[in-house]
Amino acid sequence: MSYTLDQKQLDRLEDILKADLIDNGVRCVFLIDMAGNIVTNLDNGEKQHDIYSLAALAAGNFGAVSAMAKIIGENEFSLLFHKGKKENIHFNKISSEFLLITIFGNDISLGFLRLKVAESVDQLKGILEPLTAAHP
Amino acid sequence: MAFINLKSRVIQVKIVYYGPGRGGKTTNLEYVYRKFQQRIRAEMVTIKTHGDRTLFFDFLPFDIGLVNGYTIKIQLYTVPGQVKYNATRRLVLRGVDGIVFVADAMTVRREKNIQALRNLQENLASYKKKLAALPLVMQYNKIDLAEQGIPLLDTEALEHDLNREFRAPYFAASAYRGTNVVATLKKIISMSVASVRKEFL
Repeated sequence: MSYTLDQKQLDRLEDILKADLIDNGVRCVFLIDMAGNIVTNLDNGEKQHDIYSLAALAAGNFGAVSAMAKIIGENEFSLLFHKGKKENIHFNKISSEFLLITIFGNDISLGFLRLKVAESVDQLKGILEPLTAAHP
Repeated sequence: MAFINLKSRVIQVKIVYYGPGRGGKTTNLEYVYRKFQQRIRAEMVTIKTHGDRTLFFDFLPFDIGLVNGYTIKIQLYTVPGQVKYNATRRLVLRGVDGIVFVADAMTVRREKNIQALRNLQENLASYKKKLAALPLVMQYNKIDLAEQGIPLLDTEALEHDLNREFRAPYFAASAYRGTNVVATLKKIISMSVASVRKEFL
């Protein structure tokens, strides 16, 4: 699949991620495609991660877990969560091509994060799904 | 499929090193990483088994500067060569923009090369892609082993086995010594960037 996002679409994506996630205390959020490309990323300015490596590994990890799901007869596991001592990471599938990843500390509860991620995903779909439909 | 960010003017180009197990794909990336360490700011990511075999993939990102006002980010990946890791290989191929096929020039590995090439074509077909339509460079690796008297396939035989259909540029190389590793990389970068330019810019 090839796709291009223009400035207006990218601005809109960033606005959604900032309002729903960064402004609610998420440290870092990035939207990637399943090939491991970064579509957009935002952080709260506290920490810099090697986001390109993180995106490549996240896409691979998600792909591996999806393959595991198929083996046990599930179509997919649409979200994943890894818990650390200080940092946690949450993956949520947006469509067959896109994935939303958030990194957050222990000051946010997982339930609250999931709620906010779900709200963002609904809005992101409105921008991203036409892209996938236009370039099957 | 390269991703182009029109806002930050960045193009991400994905190049995958493919080939039979123990053929030298990871050694290629390790050489590149060592040679250009000053310029590559990121760490090379590698997921290996205890036996030093690639389990998932290796990943090496770097910038090559501006083309038409866009920053080009090259992302090098290797696949695990072992037959049993096919699901992982298919995953890594997703969205690939260019391929280096690292063949093992040892005579005993002839069949393995052919199998790996066939496997590459099958995996690309699952993404509705054809190898002939992608930027491709062949690398015939391990030429340094000739000095130790190990029987190697000559270039004609390798070309006949692997490249007669594609007529892709090829290099006889030693990833271990670094012979033609950079030449291979430069060739695949220029072909992949040209193909992305043609398609998008």
